[in-house]
Amino acid sequence: MAETRALARYERDKPRGLFGRLRGAMEKWALVQGGPELEARLARLVAPQNEYGVDPFGMELNFTRAAIAPVLWLYKNWFRVETHGIEQVPAGKVMLIANHSGQLPFDALMLGTAMLVEAEPPRVARAMLEKWAVSLPFVAPLYARIGQVVGTPENCRRLLAAGETIMIFPEGVRGLNKLYDKKYQLQEFGRGFMRLALETQTPIVPVAVVGAEEQAPGLFDFKAGARLLGFPSLPITPTLLPLPLPVKYHLWFGAPIRFTGSPDDDDAELDGKVREVKGQIQSLLQHGLEERKGIF
Amino acid sequence: MKDAVLITGISGNLGRVLAKQLHRTERVVGLDRRAFPGAPKDLEVHHLDIRKRKVEEIFRHGEMKALIHMAIIHDPRLPQAEHHSFNVLGTKAVLEYAAKYGVKKVVVLSSANVYGPQPDNDNFLTEESPLLGSQRFPEIRDLVEVDMWAQQYMWKQPEVETVIVRPVHIIGATVRNAPANYLRIARPWTIAGFDPMVQLIHEEDVGRALAQALEPGVRGVYNVVGPGELPLSAVLAELGRNPIPVPHLIARPLLEKLFQYRLAGFPSNELDHLQFLCTVDGSRAERDLGFRSRYTLRETIRSVLGEVPPRVERSQGAA
Repeated sequence: MAETRALARYERDKPRGLFGRLRGAMEKWALVQGGPELEARLARLVAPQNEYGVDPFGMELNFTRAAIAPVLWLYKNWFRVETHGIEQVPAGKVMLIANHSGQLPFDALMLGTAMLVEAEPPRVARAMLEKWAVSLPFVAPLYARIGQVVGTPENCRRLLAAGETIMIFPEGVRGLNKLYDKKYQLQEFGRGFMRLALETQTPIVPVAVVGAEEQAPGLFDFKAGARLLGFPSLPITPTLLPLPLPVKYHLWFGAPIRFTGSPDDDDAELDGKVREVKGQIQSLLQHGLEERKGIF
Repeated sequence: MKDAVLITGISGNLGRVLAKQLHRTERVVGLDRRAFPGAPKDLEVHHLDIRKRKVEEIFRHGEMKALIHMAIIHDPRLPQAEHHSFNVLGTKAVLEYAAKYGVKKVVVLSSANVYGPQPDNDNFLTEESPLLGSQRFPEIRDLVEVDMWAQQYMWKQPEVETVIVRPVHIIGATVRNAPANYLRIARPWTIAGFDPMVQLIHEEDVGRALAQALEPGVRGVYNVVGPGELPLSAVLAELGRNPIPVPHLIARPLLEKLFQYRLAGFPSNELDHLQFLCTVDGSRAERDLGFRSRYTLRETIRSVLGEVPPRVERSQGAA
């Protein structure tokens, strides 16, 4: 592995302190995995930063560069992610609408990583987080530093107006925590994303995540436990959470769809458009399942 | 001729800053029960409780063209009833006098805290966001009420230009409010596993925003933000603090007891600010008032150490 410029920089001014050293090591690990190509991509990321290196939503590019190391390892070695048609994702504001599954949101993590290491131009995609996710200690600041925000309509509007890429999983926890017998069956979609797409005239790219369904098959929902912990649900899986099974991921990107209409249309009118997106994802899923050679 | 600007609560930190910014270009009249040591010579200060009947005399003879109301107390140690009476009844009284004696401009100092820190807050709360501040912190409901009262005044007195200013956490070399005091602690508590974005503003920047609100034609509700937002941990690092992370489950009951026995200066509900977002969008004030903070982020943060020399603008003020 040829030594990259960034690596040389680390040798010169090593970050201090336990966390500084850890961060330095992580960033180094990311660069060792990704090589000069990743370094060039990371250098192209632009975020409006203040003198403390954070953007107005709390994303810290330096932190993100370090945090992707283990994610990149999962991307390359654990899930061995393959993308299909990622070149169809347009530059500028766009909504990635995807299916959600696998108990823990590794699918969002992998989709986000794909946007960083494979999409053109490279970018930090922002997932619209569940509200309860940001009330969890340690998870909340971690998400914020890597650019993830609470999924309020106002946040979404603001990010789209700034030309950002948004990831939305309209099934929410209904999809994430569904049990194994419902695998690859799309759950009910919310309408919120469609209203926002119409209001902000944002193109929608349907995305099918194939593989995540099998990473942690949910056998039954331990409802009493979920209530006790304040979680939306607590599916019991045979995997040793948090480590999912090493399934192979395929990300299938569809062609961008540009809807026209009013965000204040009747629900019935919107439902038609939502069904169109859902249908696209379903057929991408079908295609992906036919194409794949095996689960692992 | 109506030409005076009446400032209630003028002896407070912000009141003194504002008086010094305004008195060269305006005739400033002050009202405060506390003394104002070092007051500019041309300042007329009445030492009165704003709930007293005599306050009406000041309005009757003062020829006021504008009222800047910032006589609002935040001391968590004061009994609830006193708090409530001073803030709500005091606001009600001065606003009614202002209407009665034809004051054409009323500026009320509220705070971005009226929105309240919540886990599901928008990252940038606009002026239309609901005021949920007292939902988790009932002790500040009088502050929310003051803001609501001023909003009511806006439509009850349509001929008056009413401005409500909601600045983010105000800090400065001599400011002694909860955020400034917190930032002066060498080993402050943080909530383990939380590091919300915070917004701070220098007191002189707030003074300028209030002065700009006097501009004829300006009316409405305005969030006022400082030079930007950054994680709480970055603020503490800039000040060289060594925070003690406390798990949120024990932090609340523990601080409650410490506060009760006067071992801590903060009520436990303030912990929400260390845990959740309460950051606002200041773009409306930037657009309508042309307000932008002059202090940089670093200068603002370090002002609690008393490092930054005060920069009072001389040519500043309303037309």
